[in-house]
Amino acid sequence: MNIVSLVLQAGLRDLARNRWVAAYALGFLVITEGLFWFGGTGPQVALSLLNVVLIVVPLVALVFGTIHVYASREFVELLLAQPVPRGQLFIGQFLGLALPLSGAFAVGAGIPFAWHAGAGPGGGALLALLVAGVALSVSFAAIATWIALRTDDRLKGVGLALAVWLATTVVYDGFVLGAAAAFGDYPLERPLLALMAGNPVDLARVLVLTQLDVSALMGYTGALFERTFGTGIGTGVAVATLALWCAAPLALAARRFQRRDF
Amino acid sequence: MSRLLRALLLATLVAPPLAASDLVVDAGGRYRTITAALAAARPGDRVIVNAGTYREPTIVIGTPRVTLEGRGWPLLDGQGARAVLIVAADDVTVRGLVVANTGVSNLDDRAGIRVRDARRCLIEHNRVRDNLFGIYLQRAADCVVRGNEVVAHGVSQNTSGNGIHLWYSPGARIEDNHVSGQRDGIYFEFSSGGVTTGNVSEHSQRYGLHFMFSDSCRYERNVFRENNSGVAVMYSRGVVISHNRFEHSWGSAAYGLLLKEILGGEIRGNVFTGNSTGIYLEGSSHLAVADNDFLQNGWAAKVLANAEDDHFTGNRFAGNAFDVSTNSRAASSTFDGNWWDAYRGYDLDRDGVGDVPFHPVRLFALIVEQHAPALVLLRSPMVAILDAAERVFPVLTPEALVDRRPLMRPPR
Amino acid sequence: MITATSIRKRFGTLDVLHDVSLDVRSGAVTALVGPNGSGKTTLIKIVLGLARADAGAFSVNGAVADAAGRYRRHIGYMPQAARFPENLRVRDVLDLVRALRPGEPRDEELVTAFSLAAEMDKLVGTLSGGTRQKVNAAVAFLFRPSLLILDEPTAGLDPIAAGILKDKIRQVRAEGRSVLITSHILTELEELADDVAFLCDGHLRFAGTVAALLERTRERRLEAAIAALMRSERSRAAAMPSPEPPAWLPAEVERS
Repeated sequence: MNIVSLVLQAGLRDLARNRWVAAYALGFLVITEGLFWFGGTGPQVALSLLNVVLIVVPLVALVFGTIHVYASREFVELLLAQPVPRGQLFIGQFLGLALPLSGAFAVGAGIPFAWHAGAGPGGGALLALLVAGVALSVSFAAIATWIALRTDDRLKGVGLALAVWLATTVVYDGFVLGAAAAFGDYPLERPLLALMAGNPVDLARVLVLTQLDVSALMGYTGALFERTFGTGIGTGVAVATLALWCAAPLALAARRFQRRDF
Repeated sequence: MSRLLRALLLATLVAPPLAASDLVVDAGGRYRTITAALAAARPGDRVIVNAGTYREPTIVIGTPRVTLEGRGWPLLDGQGARAVLIVAADDVTVRGLVVANTGVSNLDDRAGIRVRDARRCLIEHNRVRDNLFGIYLQRAADCVVRGNEVVAHGVSQNTSGNGIHLWYSPGARIEDNHVSGQRDGIYFEFSSGGVTTGNVSEHSQRYGLHFMFSDSCRYERNVFRENNSGVAVMYSRGVVISHNRFEHSWGSAAYGLLLKEILGGEIRGNVFTGNSTGIYLEGSSHLAVADNDFLQNGWAAKVLANAEDDHFTGNRFAGNAFDVSTNSRAASSTFDGNWWDAYRGYDLDRDGVGDVPFHPVRLFALIVEQHAPALVLLRSPMVAILDAAERVFPVLTPEALVDRRPLMRPPR
Repeated sequence: MITATSIRKRFGTLDVLHDVSLDVRSGAVTALVGPNGSGKTTLIKIVLGLARADAGAFSVNGAVADAAGRYRRHIGYMPQAARFPENLRVRDVLDLVRALRPGEPRDEELVTAFSLAAEMDKLVGTLSGGTRQKVNAAVAFLFRPSLLILDEPTAGLDPIAAGILKDKIRQVRAEGRSVLITSHILTELEELADDVAFLCDGHLRFAGTVAALLERTRERRLEAAIAALMRSERSRAAAMPSPEPPAWLPAEVERS
């Protein structure tokens, strides 16, 4: 049988019994169901859930991801001592982390979505939120894997993961805000759009907002935003860039895995 | 005795001079055209138009106290080439007609029904379809426009006119009409003392309601929805806007209700929902904004610094991206006793009023007002943190724009 | 068997392995010994392909290292302390390794000898350290590779299990296969080892039979002979004679 799928199956079997993963899925289930329960419509729930997703998904993927990679270190060494190529082992290992993480989110948030909003309004926003959450899970799991593979000191690695989380969810936007204020006299639409593409958390946020009425507020600032965000092409570009944000750290992590000494 | 003399004698015997008679227009009847019947009509007569399609040169009613009434919805067709009906006499009633298809002209403001230099007209229960202008009151005082259906399918502001258009027409009553797809749904210019109630104005190319230089007007129980730019009222005094619904005007220049240079008046009991800006106050002073609901708007209220002494009270703010925004720290409008869904205070003395003041202007709203591109950060977690910090240490938000008595429960 | 020539490895400015050339015979147990930080683990990892040598070459049973790692068919590896994913069953771990090496001849003897059948459905996370080490050993011996690399194999095993493992090692030797073993329990090495390779500061200071080592150090027991080697290394490093074996030496060696 294919080595990737063998290693992946073992990883899935392991994390399927992991209580943190279960708690993560259950947490999203409870929050999402609760938002619907208290009379939220599809778009309102998507908006309320957006900040939870933007904060929690990267945090869990980064912290759980680094700890998981560190914890599997010895097992990976044992597997590496078997007659298997490194590349396939890496893919199996990574998918064994990324699939349970994104799956737990997708199941936890997706079941209430399907249950309440299958035919209701805001289906597009909820779908965008699911896509964004899954993409963030994969992207930050890849970043976490990369960090853990290049930092042997585990405490330092987890610290670095937390720093990345803080940088992407808060500091980066603070920088954007500062730039918007400092260079207010210049035409800023294009640079700010580029800045949005430079952070997966911002991209995920913009992707969800494009599916909601409030995105018109962005159009408020100029036709460029409306043209970029308001169209199917804009959504496509956001999704594609998010995919790039999954692929790039994954490529770095894979390269590191191929080259490093265990 | 000549035949003419006998006919005259007979007429005087059968019909006394002041008694009204019905002149029936019909394909097979005595009058084949409306124009012919109107030419024969005397003051007080009724011209009854039976079902059918009438393609005539522009019809002019020049006789006072005439009623032009359709039976079975006769169609008056302008064939895309001309104005259809002009009322040019006092006390004329037009009812039950389908008036359609003036076509577009860049030279004249063609109207389906135009009332010109006439008083006390009654335009009711007509279907006014696909005209450049629907019903046009031009120097027509004390008219009633009631229960009409005015529909156009214009594609741009340039190729469509207004639904119900008033120009120098004081004392009008615009009631229970349904206007859709025109440039401006209902338009007032230099027309004071009007009462506009119970209308629905939607899908306008520009404004659902647009009035300028029209003092002392009242607008009540109307619904304005999905108009491209919402509703704009300008350069007027003493307006009362109450119990209307302003719904779903989204876009970069769309407002639920835009007020510019309005001096004195009342905005009460309205519902603003799903607009990019609920209410926009520019240079408008001494307004009472009371008991309105602001729900699910981008900005519930934008109050510019040049809007002075406007007083917000008893309003409900819920689900808005921004509650209140302003362009300067020196704002002089006041907020008192409103309900805010974002309020997190407590009420220890249980008098229904929060013990902690509420600052409805979020720091981010202030930043965005000065640096619009910062809006890309809408709903960012960083912005949530920023606003939370500002709530704890309010140093930048305007001190004037504070609700010192925020309500603990929604007022309605 | 391993044939390694001029293996060199640096970490930054630190020379971890300095031109190490070593032959591990077939049908023999070779003890790899040396103080902490001498490069033993690095050498093992290079042979396993876990780390890469900066220079030098090696072959295992005639097969050279390849990118796909196929040469590792010739190796069974027992790490010092295996940590399997906590939520896998013992069965899952064994099945995974079996599936990763399809077509190789199996050896389920240790699975039976350690009575692992009763543990098969337990989660690894619930196992005692000893049982986990039994699984670890069973995984290493699950096939019939020509080379077994055992890193502190008896650590954590009870005396009976350790006895079973030692018997297994002797059996492998009897079958003409080779075993490379590291251990801090020198009496255990004395029982098993035919050859000794002594690493210090990345230099291979001795490689040869136990008998040759005893002769060279003029000691009667392996433990004393290795202590003598370490002593001479220390005195060489300090460039002065050291009359007594330092008091810390056995403790230091035992601890890690």
